[in-house]
Amino acid sequence: MTITLDAHIPKGPIADKWTNHKFDLKLVNPSNRRKFDVIVVGSGLAGAAAAATLGELGYNVKVFTYHDSPRRAHSIAAQGGINAAKNYRNDGDSVHRLFYDTVKGGDYRSREANVHRLAEVSVNIIDQATAQGVPFAREYGGLLDNRSFGGAQVARTFYARGQTGQQLLLGAYQALARQIHLGTVTLYNRMDMQDVVVHDGRAQGIVCRDLITGEVQAFSAHAVLLCTGGYGNVYFLSTNAKACNVTATWRAHKKGAAFANPCFTQIHPTCIPPADEFQSKLTLMSESLRNDGRIWVPKSLDETRAAADIPESERDYYLERKYPSFGNLVPRDVASRNAKTVVDEGRGVGPLKNGVYLDFADAIGRFGEDVIKARYGNLFDMYERITGEDPYKVPMRIYPATHYTMGGLWVDYNLQTTIPGLFALGEANFSDHGANRLGASALMQGLADGYFVAPSTVAGYLAGLLGTDPMSVDEPAFVESLSESQGRIDKLMAVKGTETVDHYHRELGKVIWDYCGMSRNKAGLEKALAEIPPLREEFWANVRIPGDPNGWNQSLEKALRVSDFMEMAELKVRDALHREESCGGHFREEHQTEEGEAKRDDENFAYVGAWEYAGPDIQRDAVLHKEDLVFENVALTQRSYK
Amino acid sequence: MNDTPGTDSPTTSGAGSTGTAAAAPASHANMLNLKLKVWRQAGPDVHGHFEDYTTTVADDASFLEMLDYVNEDLIRKGDEPISFDHDCREGICGTCGVMIDGQAHGPQKGTATCQLHMRKFNDGDEITIEPWRAAGFPIIKDLVVNRAAFDRIVEAGGYITVNTGAAPDANEIPVPKEASDSAMDAAACIGCGACVAACPNSAANLFTSAKINHLNLLPQGQAERYTRTEAMVETMEEYFGSCTNYGECQEACPKEISIDFIAMMNRDYAKSKLMNLRRLGQKKIG
Amino acid sequence: MTQAMERREGADAPDVNGPHRSSSNLLIDFWRSAVGKKWVMALSGVGLMGFVFAHMFGNLKMFMGRTAFDAYAEGLRSLLYPIMPHGWVLWAMRIGLIAMFAAHIVSAAQLTAMNRRARPIRYQSPRDYIAANFAARTMRWTGIIVALYLLYHLADLTWGWVNPDFVHGAAYDNLVASLSVPYVAAIYLVGNIALGIHLFHGAWSMFQSMGINSPRYNGARKAFAAGFVVVTIGMNCVFVVAILTGFVGS
Repeated sequence: MTITLDAHIPKGPIADKWTNHKFDLKLVNPSNRRKFDVIVVGSGLAGAAAAATLGELGYNVKVFTYHDSPRRAHSIAAQGGINAAKNYRNDGDSVHRLFYDTVKGGDYRSREANVHRLAEVSVNIIDQATAQGVPFAREYGGLLDNRSFGGAQVARTFYARGQTGQQLLLGAYQALARQIHLGTVTLYNRMDMQDVVVHDGRAQGIVCRDLITGEVQAFSAHAVLLCTGGYGNVYFLSTNAKACNVTATWRAHKKGAAFANPCFTQIHPTCIPPADEFQSKLTLMSESLRNDGRIWVPKSLDETRAAADIPESERDYYLERKYPSFGNLVPRDVASRNAKTVVDEGRGVGPLKNGVYLDFADAIGRFGEDVIKARYGNLFDMYERITGEDPYKVPMRIYPATHYTMGGLWVDYNLQTTIPGLFALGEANFSDHGANRLGASALMQGLADGYFVAPSTVAGYLAGLLGTDPMSVDEPAFVESLSESQGRIDKLMAVKGTETVDHYHRELGKVIWDYCGMSRNKAGLEKALAEIPPLREEFWANVRIPGDPNGWNQSLEKALRVSDFMEMAELKVRDALHREESCGGHFREEHQTEEGEAKRDDENFAYVGAWEYAGPDIQRDAVLHKEDLVFENVALTQRSYK
Repeated sequence: MNDTPGTDSPTTSGAGSTGTAAAAPASHANMLNLKLKVWRQAGPDVHGHFEDYTTTVADDASFLEMLDYVNEDLIRKGDEPISFDHDCREGICGTCGVMIDGQAHGPQKGTATCQLHMRKFNDGDEITIEPWRAAGFPIIKDLVVNRAAFDRIVEAGGYITVNTGAAPDANEIPVPKEASDSAMDAAACIGCGACVAACPNSAANLFTSAKINHLNLLPQGQAERYTRTEAMVETMEEYFGSCTNYGECQEACPKEISIDFIAMMNRDYAKSKLMNLRRLGQKKIG
Repeated sequence: MTQAMERREGADAPDVNGPHRSSSNLLIDFWRSAVGKKWVMALSGVGLMGFVFAHMFGNLKMFMGRTAFDAYAEGLRSLLYPIMPHGWVLWAMRIGLIAMFAAHIVSAAQLTAMNRRARPIRYQSPRDYIAANFAARTMRWTGIIVALYLLYHLADLTWGWVNPDFVHGAAYDNLVASLSVPYVAAIYLVGNIALGIHLFHGAWSMFQSMGINSPRYNGARKAFAAGFVVVTIGMNCVFVVAILTGFVGS
């Protein structure tokens, strides 16, 4: 299959594109909707919202999740909030400003038309969520409260304590539950997607492994929506949930869907540093902490004193020093990179010298402990539970960790991948955040895609299929996919090696973190490209999966996921190597300004790098396709936070 | 039928009955030598038993990381690892949860299993780990249970009927801050099932009342308030026991949700019988 | 349009109690739910507590001597006389009490059965309870002890079957004759302590079951229960000790 990237961006002024496009899209008559089957994979914000909305519209929806309940998807862990251009604060916000901020924040590597649509529907999301009963924070007058988040200059972030993601997901989950109750949506829980079935040039269905019985089963539909999240767990240590994986999108990629910008990953600056090498995951502390905490490290390389004993004159408040106007509130990528720099210099703090201080002593002195407790009490408690240190007394230790992946399946304006009938929503696609995502934008994008974009665009696709039945799962295309998936399981079970899946995942994570993490260079990336294939080979030769594949087997679940990370990692590094510029979360050491800031190359790299799968030797075979990014409404500037 | 250790000889657990210490990770932290008694059960319909393991872990590890170490060791020896449910490991997804020394989610108040850290234990401790036990939560394997009954309760009415696109502007519905805060207290429920596990009756009243009151407290939820309460309570009772006001659920809840919500649900349930009768009457007239 | 939920064992909810059998009769429908039965237990509990209190209050007459006490006992038969025929009100109260006992016990039995079904396999390691106190965990045992004690009490002082010196109508003498015997006094004390433990949980729990709560007054609910037990059961025990020690007697 050869890929042509046509983004199908509607004509007309940017503010009218979505309205015009909705009018141009074909509709499905309400009485015909039940004739269409739609598969939704994943039940996070994007998946649950899309499944519920399509169910409300009258389509036959099947929703698949590997969790026991749709409510467990990792969207639930988002803390900070959700942006919307409501301008309830009268502080100059508008759809255009949210659009502008998002394009700029993404370091000009996202598609203008998509981002504008996102900003437009952001206001509908808040309305929808409120009507569903999401308990957003309110003022005493009973109206919604807003806060400024992640350095934004307007207060446009809606929040529900520190559990905004949870509350929005519960809203979507409840809408989904209503449709399950009404019978328009069928829920398949504890089902792990293994493959997309493509036939006749379009997606026909999926193959799943029933996690309880181990049975591999096929499901067919007119359209398939992948809402399966990001690939942050390629680093092994990340803030992602343990089960987050790339399998669904990677399998789709191998069946012909282009994978865009896999090197774009966001490293969140305020996470708790690992305590030892057996650490299983990293915990994020809300970015809001940077509003009151001051970040510093000792000036001396061989500092051994406790934080409180280090005099002011021997502390380096490096963000305040380097960025006097933004100080501790610089964007995530800048804060993260600077933390790495000081730790690499050997000035890290903590027993493993792997963090920087986030110090609240000044804020506590200024406002009193009670005020700080009211603002961050639950975060401080969480920090103490995890580290055993009291952040009211000693400074927090923080270090960046992988948090979000901007890259994903390439999609056009309709959120359709390069495989017709296969759509990607939410973090699974690449579309809206460019090279860096702004705080409180992930929830917005997942819900925008799920509630408002996909239901219209999927209908536009389905309208053309009226009168066709979904393919029978007995057809050769399904049978082949089933046996391929079963073959992969059998092959893994047959290895009977000596090492655990986690061991290989950890090893892979180390390679990717060291060479394709917060900052990258040619030599390191080439080293990673040299190291990944042998690691993958060793995995396939020496992994040990005890137990029975025909039943509950968590080792096998993990092994299937890690086997895909092993391949995807190579493409990610390949992409990072080819992008000879620094932008957003992708920092190439060769391309920086004299002050050490990211230096974009708009001349040569203002495009989406979409990779086509063309063979198992990924670094050699993968074919790059470019979608040029055209900026008609936003002037490209160098980001500066001085 | 699942089985109890009384009918299962502990000697049948075979070669793996006592695991050896997992490799001690290099760390600055204190190391703890622990004895574990872990419930092992190969599937829903087979006998289960406690199996003994010993391990050495750093006290800055989380409880689930401790199980990870034990599992890596088991796998390397060719044994089956202990199955346990977990995902986000930051106390919000509600996937994890086991009985630790007879307490749901272990000894630390307001903490899910994944956020419990080993520094809560002492060197030489023996820790007993058992799955949630309730007919409504059948065991799938080892420590993993099936909590689909919770989804059925929510599906019965735990939502506000509003189709996508039908919502009015968010600020057209003023909500008193107190009501909103109270709704948020209820909505903090993570659906882990600790309330059922801790309840001597396996009652799910804390979960159900939290789900009901999250919506019943808000103006948006009033239209369906009594149909919701009636349907959700009656669905809950298909799967779980009855509340006799022990208060154990409130102690076990990782989000410290109050049993006040149960009282509110009891009140609304009684009202629902009257209100729904009136509603049916209106239907006939209308 | 409606698709059948695909039932997969391990993925779908199990059958435990079966669906709620609804009835067009409001009260029957309410009764068929566990929350409804808890209401019944709470309401009957309120009635029975009223009885326990009134019974204690009436018995205070024993300190005023034989004449006063016997007059009180006889007065119970002639309540509302002559509006109502002699003894009718007492019988109406008795029927009410029997109905409340029956409702209380039947609800308790049915809920216990439901709770057993809800956890057919117990925890195999010891539980570490935090909130569930001794009173709460022993409700059904204290309940059974109280029921047995009640039967004994009736057999002793109402029907006279176990009281060899029983004389119909001589309430004071019967009481003194009975409670002067140490083992009988011991039975009364055990019965009352069981009732006290039962009420220590029940008199708080009923508020919760009927949704009478407010974070501001929640503390008062437990204080009420404790106070009720101290006053009522405490006084009942005083009666027993007073007779046993001869402070009250011939």
